Formats: sequence, structure tokens, C-alpha cells
Amino acid sequence: MSTSTITGGGSEAGAQGGVLRRARELTPQFAEGLGVTLAIAAATTIGKLVVPIAVQQTIDTGVLGPGGPNPGRVALLCAIAAVVVVLTTCTAWVVNVRLFRATEAGLASLRVRAFRHVHDLAVLTQSGERRGALVSRVTSDVDTISTFLQTGMLVLVLSLGQVVLATALMFFYSWQLALVVLACFVPLVFLRNKLQRPVARAYAAVRVRMGEMLAAISETVVGADVIRAHAASARSRRTVDAAVEAHRQQAVKAQVATAATFSTGVLVSGLVVALVIVVGTLLGADGDLTLGRLLAFLFLAQLWVGPVQATTEVLNELQNALAGWRRVVDLIDTPVTVPEPAGDRVKELPAGPVDVRVQDVAYTYPGTDKTVLTGVDLHLPAGSRTAVVGETGSGKTTLARLVTRLVDPAQGRVLLGGVDARDLPGRELHRRVVAVPQEGFLFDATIGENVRRGEPGATDAEVRAAFAELGLGDWLDGLPEGLDTPVGQRGERLSAGERQLVALARAHLADPDLLVLDEATSSVDPATEVRLQRALEGVLSGRTSVAIAHRLSTAEAADTVVVVDSGRVVEVGPAVELAHAGGPYSRLHAAWTAQHA
Amino acid sequence: MSGTFLSGMRTLARGAREEPRLFGTAIVGSAVYGAGTAATGWLVGRVTDRVVVPAVTGSGSVGTAEVWLAGGALMAVTVVTVAGILVRRIWAGMVAFALQARYRRLLARRYLDLPLAWHHAHPAGRLLATAGSDVEATWQAMFVLPFALGVVVLIAVAGVAMAAADPVLAAVALLVLPALLAANVVYQRRMSPRVTRVQQLRGEVSTTAHESFEGALVVKTLGLGEEEVQRFAADADRLREANVAAGRTRGGFEPVIDALPSLGTLAVLVVGTFRAASGAVGVGDLVQIAYLLGLLAFPVRSFGWVLSELPRTVAGDARVQAVLREGATTPWGERSLPAGEGAGPLAVAADGIGYRHPVPAADPLDERADVPEQFVRRGEPRAPRREPVPALAGVTLDVAAGSTVAVVGGTGAGKSTLAGLLVRLVDPTSGTVLLDGVDVRELADGQVAGVAALVPQSTFVFDDTVRGNIALGLDADDVPAGRRVDDDDIWEALRLARADGFIAALPGGLDELVGERGSTLSGGQRQRLALARALVRKPRLLVLDDATSALDPTVERAVLDGLAASGTGTTVVVVAYRPATIALADEVVHLERGRVVDRGPAAEVAARDAGYRDLVTAYARAARERADEAQHGTGMA
Repeated sequence: MSTSTITGGGSEAGAQGGVLRRARELTPQFAEGLGVTLAIAAATTIGKLVVPIAVQQTIDTGVLGPGGPNPGRVALLCAIAAVVVVLTTCTAWVVNVRLFRATEAGLASLRVRAFRHVHDLAVLTQSGERRGALVSRVTSDVDTISTFLQTGMLVLVLSLGQVVLATALMFFYSWQLALVVLACFVPLVFLRNKLQRPVARAYAAVRVRMGEMLAAISETVVGADVIRAHAASARSRRTVDAAVEAHRQQAVKAQVATAATFSTGVLVSGLVVALVIVVGTLLGADGDLTLGRLLAFLFLAQLWVGPVQATTEVLNELQNALAGWRRVVDLIDTPVTVPEPAGDRVKELPAGPVDVRVQDVAYTYPGTDKTVLTGVDLHLPAGSRTAVVGETGSGKTTLARLVTRLVDPAQGRVLLGGVDARDLPGRELHRRVVAVPQEGFLFDATIGENVRRGEPGATDAEVRAAFAELGLGDWLDGLPEGLDTPVGQRGERLSAGERQLVALARAHLADPDLLVLDEATSSVDPATEVRLQRALEGVLSGRTSVAIAHRLSTAEAADTVVVVDSGRVVEVGPAVELAHAGGPYSRLHAAWTAQHA
Repeated sequence: MSGTFLSGMRTLARGAREEPRLFGTAIVGSAVYGAGTAATGWLVGRVTDRVVVPAVTGSGSVGTAEVWLAGGALMAVTVVTVAGILVRRIWAGMVAFALQARYRRLLARRYLDLPLAWHHAHPAGRLLATAGSDVEATWQAMFVLPFALGVVVLIAVAGVAMAAADPVLAAVALLVLPALLAANVVYQRRMSPRVTRVQQLRGEVSTTAHESFEGALVVKTLGLGEEEVQRFAADADRLREANVAAGRTRGGFEPVIDALPSLGTLAVLVVGTFRAASGAVGVGDLVQIAYLLGLLAFPVRSFGWVLSELPRTVAGDARVQAVLREGATTPWGERSLPAGEGAGPLAVAADGIGYRHPVPAADPLDERADVPEQFVRRGEPRAPRREPVPALAGVTLDVAAGSTVAVVGGTGAGKSTLAGLLVRLVDPTSGTVLLDGVDVRELADGQVAGVAALVPQSTFVFDDTVRGNIALGLDADDVPAGRRVDDDDIWEALRLARADGFIAALPGGLDELVGERGSTLSGGQRQRLALARALVRKPRLLVLDDATSALDPTVERAVLDGLAASGTGTTVVVVAYRPATIALADEVVHLERGRVVDRGPAAEVAARDAGYRDLVTAYARAARERADEAQHGTGMA
């Protein structure tokens, strides 16, 4: 009965076979000691039959015994029964704890495995939404499985045993009455499964309304400045009221659907009691049933009620848990686009500043035919300083990602120190080739702790020196708490420009041999930026550097300027020469000069 | 705990008073359920005595009709009970959801009314959580409270019925109740901190994952992947331990709570047989009491559920009330200023204003003794150890009607703060802001927004259509005709903001949804949308806070020229770096660390103020120096 309601179809049953196989591979902890646990669980179920049997025995052989009521016999029987109840209570606890230990150990390792895989994937093109989905893979999806295993699975296993044993005993006492009970409960199981669908739909709609409502309320908080500036609160009140009311109405609808489903169970168990008494009495009057057995049926039937009431919800939880499991496994099975080199291909990056060669490289967004870069050939000698300029969307950020191996080219190759970047192990590569992205992401810690992530183990003095060498000592000293200043989530307690300063110090402390700055100073004020550029020139000596520039002042400081336009390199040369060459750079330069002179 | 119990019950009582009809209906339904359930047990006993025993043992003659009548009576009681359950569950939900909705509306109204300085002191995430999960937590107990009250009725009626059947047996059976109650209470008390800990650790795992994935680029570029996995694995392991601890408690108590009624039934059977031997009870009494004991086992758990929800009720309500009771207000006056096209440009002045950013507010739960410690939210920014330095000090400014003034300054100079003060987003800590000579605090609500518009640095786009985002309610029917804007006004504003082109190209035009679930706009497009939003209000004073930085200089120029040519003229205060933007201003004001260090025509300030020169001509100077170095061969490369 239970299996058919879980699967509901052959193809799904096949998929679940796959789930079990993958579970053995990914979470072998689940299976550890499972046989013993299930054996104890089976023995535990017997405890559920104690009360109905005691009732039958008490009535038939105790109260209505041949020689009148026999309290001694009942006392003995019930003492034995009590011992069984106490013993099965203990074994139930043992079963629970064994199951929780095994499953939680498995889930913890599944979580970490999925987390590691997210970092192994090329995660550069994640939108906020996609990132939220990845977070839920390692959090709520695994939590759903955990919740099911902690509450649902045990109910399912014990319920099944309880229903099977109760039914067997019912048939032993009276097959006719057993059929009556089954005739009531079995259709209910199917009916409730059917009723569950509108309930699930109603709750899905509640979640949507909830999201809309929170979005409406969030506008009153996040958009408070605009609302105040334009005296637009009447509009926001209307939006919020409508969204709150829509959520309330949908939530009440869902509540009505749940209440209706729940009450069918109560109604049917009332019907069972009435029918057991009517049919049982008629059978008993004919001498087919003893009073004790008839009354035991009242208690046996109760053993069906709990499982029937719980099973629908548990099956729902099971579906959620399976869906969560599949999403986690799908993530783990997603192929890595920037794979680690195979053991026999591993090469080492030669010491010292990195010589970069880009050979006939093209890059296409994976899974699309959108070409971002094509036919790129460049040589950046060790120790040289290069600036890359071009319009937004010209492909200059992609070029930066190719030389730091955040992505692999679709065609051609990138050589770092003469070695194909694909043959360098990621960890070593990223220790020596550091990129500073435009949005200077900081961890929720202090400034000092953030910078130290560039070089774990660096002392405060070394961190301070990193700022000083970038000409940022004054800025650091101006902060009341200095290195101990907490930066808040994503570094939001600092301004965008200040976050970039910390990110630069972090990269500088990492002491890379190739430093790639992707518009890394775009948010700092002009005077600071110019000072920073001056300091960088000193810091960069002895390193190869590539700066993606959105301001031409950066380009002018470089040895070589690379101009990218529509995915192609259109000009390469010293800034001074290009400015007068009459090409694309000349035009950019003229526009820049007009704004700033 | 008793403090928590009383506070929680007081909150629930308040909720019941606020929704008396819904709550009353739920209670009546629950009482029907309680009485009906007790009646079922009583009826089973009576039917056993009068129908089943005589029929089965042959001790009396029972007709088939009587048997069916007994069944019918049982069914009738069940139907009434089920009706009670339906009413109880549906109305309990209606009470809880009505209260959630009520408090969410109240909170949103407070958020809209509280001064922006208050907003700036409270993290947005906390305010959202208060309207979302805190409100939900406050009223979660309402789902079970009517049930628990119905169970009181159930116990009372069942107790009386049992005592009527046989006081001795009733006493034995009812002994199980306190044991069950005690087990439930102990269980919930031990379970509640464990569940909270699991939830808290789930939150921490989520925070770590979110931060780590958000910073994935930095993690990768610095080769920190392995460290991140270690960090996450430690969190995941703590969560595993907490889950196992919660499971151990749950796994221990559930079987005990299951076993207690079984043991009670066995005791009833033994004592009942002794009583039957002495002729004090019949089989029916025995069955009634044993059966009722079985029926009570589950409902008694509702007390435990209510108790386990109460700490959440207290914690949630504390945060909600902290917002609702917040006393900060924006004082409004009664005066008004003429608005609209005919009124001409507005003079704006600042007289010795100073401003200090508000100190971040602590979580209201920090100060509540009746809130269990584990409910205090972690991971919120802690208050800085030192008083923040003033963002502005003694700023005096005089902008003549119709003139354009550029405010120039480095990062953190206080430019945005000044911009916000001029349109009264916040009030200065000291000094006054004057519009046409009137202190802004003497103006009535809505007056400043009626004459002055600010275009902020970053544009907030509402989840609405283009039209909705620009009109922001000014297109509603209840807006007075003089202020109401129609599509022509919106297109006119879009033209002035040079946004008409890309809006017309959107598939939905003005009806296109933008914002969270609609089209995404580029930075420059968002800025032009914000400009149109300001311009459609025909402001007499326009404050642009670095609001044209993503625009092409030629577009910027066209926007400002268009503004000047649009008719009566507007006073413009613009925060800017670019020399091209500054060139459009009649006068510049140089801010440094919250103070005005110089002001006057751009050329004069540039001539005498080295700091200003340093800032505005930084790029040009750098380029010049570089050119010199190249010429003299002293370049570093």
C-alpha cells in the first residue's frame, strides 16, 4: 500500500532506485548499521499491540472468566505487558538515536561535498538569484532531507509495521470485522492522497504571496529615501496593504484545505468505531466473536488512525526530501568547466614575474554561441605593465579572467611562464596569479582580518605595511578603530571606494607574481586614485601586471596599452604613441581630455 | 521561564482582544470538539453496557434496530465533533493570519512614517525580518491556543464522566494526565533550546555559504577554496552535532509520551478487574475509562506545543513593539510654499548646519529580561566603540533662486549628507535649512517634496511599471488636479531626462515592468529614470547627488540645458567631480571633512584652493606630469 502511494508510477520508481544507488555512493554513512537498526525497529513495533491484547485478555479471561472475575490473572498479564511496554520504549529510543547519528553524519558530508563543488565550478557568471539557489543546495535542501529523516522516516517505518501487525491481529480475532475496518481506512488513504494535492497547491501559492508581500514591505525600508524625497508614501501604503491582504486570504484558503483534509481522518475513525460496535455486536450475538475481541478492535482500529493521519504529511515530506536530494546530487554531478589538471599533466609555474602569452584565443559563453573574444594574440613579458581599455561589453574583463584562469578559452591557449594555464594546479596558480575584481568583496570581519586572507599568518605590522606601501597609511590611521574596524556584511559599512582600497591591500599582501586589476580603483575619488596609481607603480615593480582601465589615467601609466573593441584586440602600443595614432585610442583619449581638462 | 510564560500569555490575550470574533468562534469550535470527544468515550461505555454486553454475552435481549441506533448515535457525536474541529482549525488560522496581517500593516506604516535618521540607524535586514519572521513567530502560538483551551474542556468533561462511572478507576486513569502533562512540559523545555540551536546553526551555515559563494570570485582569485571548505565543514559539523542532540531528546521523549497512556490503560485494566470482582463496576465503565485515556493522549500534547511557542511569541513581539512604540517623529509645521511651474526657482540656504550620523541601534532583545537568551539574533553589526565624527559641521550656504551650484569634495566629505539635508530627508543636528527664507521645519507635511526633488547617487527602482516608478502615486485619482500627472507629463519628463528613447523601445513602453521581477536597466538608464522621476514633479529646486555620473557628458549637458530651457527655470545643486559638470555651475562649494573650505566661481576657487585643485584636476595634472616625465626620461618604466 505504502510503496504504491509513494511512487505512483513506474518511471518514478526507477528514479528512486537510482536515488538509493547514489545514496550508497555519496553518503555511505546512511547504510552503516542499518540492518541492526531495522531489526530493533521491527521488534519495537510489537509494543503497540500490548494494549489491545491486554484488553481482550482482561475481558475474556479476566472479567468474564469462567469462574467469575480473576484479578490475579489480569494483574500478572498486565505486569508482563507493562514490562514489554517499558522495553519497547527503550528500544525505540535506541532506534531513533542510531538513525539520527547515521543520517546526520551522511548529510554533513553531503553538505560539505556540495559546498566544495560550488567553489570548484566556475562561479563567475552567477546572478544573485542563481547564487541564492546554490546556497539553498547546501542549506535548505539538505535541511529538508534532515527534517524528513528526523521526524518522517521513523513515523513511516514504525507506522508501516504498526499497521501490518494491527491488521494481522484483527484478522486473527475476526476476519469479517477486519474487512470492515480495512474497507474504511484503505479508501481514506487514497482519498487523502488526492486531497493533499490541492493543499500542496494552496501552500505553494501562499509562498508566492509571501514573497510578494515581503518584497512590498522591503520597498518601504530599502526605498525609504526615495519615498520620503518624493512624498510617495500613499502609493507604498496601498501596495503593502494589497500584498498583505492577498497573503492573508491565500493563507486562510490553505488553512481551510488543511483542516478539511485533517477532519476526514477524524470522521472516518468515528465511522470505524460505530461500525465496529454495530457489526461486532451483530457478529457477537451470533456467537462468532467474543466480547474481549470485539472491544480489542476499538483499540486496534486506533492503531490505524495515527498512521493514516500522519502518512499523508510524511509522504509529502518524503517528496520534498527526494526533490531536495535530487537537487543536491544534480549540483554535485554538474561538470566543472575549469578542471584541475590530470596527475600526469601537472606542471609548475616558474619562479619570478610571470610571462604571459595569449595565443589565438577565442572565448564563448558556455552553452551559448555568444562570442565574447576572438582571435586574440598577445605577449606580456615578465615584469611588464599592461593596461586594457575598451567600451563596456568589449570583452576586456573576459581577457582578464582568461589570463588568471578563472575561465578557459574555447579555442587557443593561455601560457603562463611558458606553461599552458590548464596544466597548473588551481591552488598554486591562484596563490601567485591574483586578480582584484571591480566589486571589492569583503568578508564580514575586520579590515585586518580581510587583508590577512591574502596572506594567512601575516602580522598586524605586515598588514599595516601593505597599506602604507600603497600610500593608504593616512586613510587607515583616519579610521577610529584602524585595522580592527568591522566592515559588516559584504563590507557594506565601508563605502564602495574604501572596499576597493582594502581589496587592493589584500592583493598586495598576497605578493603575487602576476597581478590583474579589473577596474579595481573605479570607485575611489580622483585625488586618491591618482595617489594610488603613483604608489602602485612602485609596488608593481618586479611583478607582471595587467590593469583593466575605465579611466584613461590608468592607461597612461602603463608600458603598453591594449585596446579591445567588440571582442577583438584592435590596437597595441605605448599610450603616448597611440594617443596620436588616429585610431580608436585617439578617440577615447580626446573624449577623456574634454571631460577632465 | 515564568516571566516568559506571563509575557507570552499577555501578548496572546492582546491578540484575542484585537480579533474577538474570530478568536471567540475558534474557542467555541474547540469547546464543541472537546465536549464531543469526551462524549464519544462516554457513549462507547454506555453502548457497551446496554447493547454490546447484553447482545454478545446473551445476558439480555437486544434488537438489531437498537444496535444500529447505538451506531447512529456514535456517528452523530462524531459528526458534531468533526464540525467542532473544522471550526477550531479554520478560525484559529483566521485569527493568526488576521493578526499577522494587522501587525504587518502597522509595521509598514511605521516604517513609512519614521524619520530617515531612524532608518539609517537600523539595518534594513532586521526591519524586514521583523515584518516577516518576527510577526510570524509572535502569532504562531495562536494556531494551537484554541486547541489547548478545547482540551481543557475535554479533560473537564471526561473527568466528570469517568468519576461518575467509578471514582476509583477515574482516579487511577487521571493519574496519567499529570504524568503526561509533566512529560510534555519537560520535553518542550528541553527540546526548545535544542531546536532553537539547530535553527541558529542552520542560519550560520547559511550565512557562511552565502558569504562564501558571494565572494566566490575573491575566494578563487586568492586560492582560498580549501580554507573556505574547512570553514564551512566546521559549521556543518556543529549543525550535525546539534541535530543529533535534538534527535536524542526527541527520540527519548516521544516513546515515553507514547508509553504513558499504555501503562495507564494497563493499570486501569488491573484495578478495573478488582473493582469488577467486587461488583463496583461493569465492563462498560472499564471500557469507557480505558478508551477515554487513549483519546486524551494526543490532545494533551497541545499544552506542550503552546508552551514551546511562547518564547518565540515573546521574542517576536518584543521586536515588533520596539518598532511600533518608537517615538521618533518628523515634526511638521503649517506653512506652505507655492509649487508648480508658475512659481519660479526656489532659493535655498543652510545656516550653520551640523549633522552626526545616528549610532546603529542595538537589537531590542538585548534589553529584555523575559526573552530567553538563545533568541537574541547573532551576526548583526555591533555598535561602534566610539562616537562617530560629525558628517557636517557649521556648513553655511546660500544658493540664489535660479542659480546652479556644484558641491565638490573627496570621499567622505559629507556631500551626500548635505544633499539630503537640503530637501529635508533628515534634519540637521544643529542649524537650519531655509527654503525661500522659511525654516523647513515650519513647512507642512509634503510641502518640501512638492517644491524640491533629490536624485540620489544610486537609483532605487520599485517593482512596478515605468509609469508607476516615475509617478510614484501622483497618477492616482485622489491626487488634486494641479498635482496629478498624466502620460503626457511623464513623456515630457522622460524627454528632459533623455530617457524617452530607451523607454519607447521597451516592449511595454510605460507599462513595462521594471525592478525586481521586470526588465533590468543599465546604470545609466536607471539614473535617467530617477531624473525623470524628479523632473515630472516640476521641482523649483533640483538636487543631483552625483546623479549623472553614469551618463555620457554630452547627455549630461543636454539634460541640464534642457532643464534651463524648459521654462521658468529651476535652482540646481549638483554634487560632482567631473570638470565638465562643474563647468555648468555658477558657483562651486568645496567640502572637506564636513566643512566648507571654500566657495565662489569655479575659476576663483581653483586659483586659491589647492585641495580643490588637487581633486578636480587630478587626472589632468597626472597626465601632464606623466607627459613631462616622458619628455625628460624620468618615467619609472
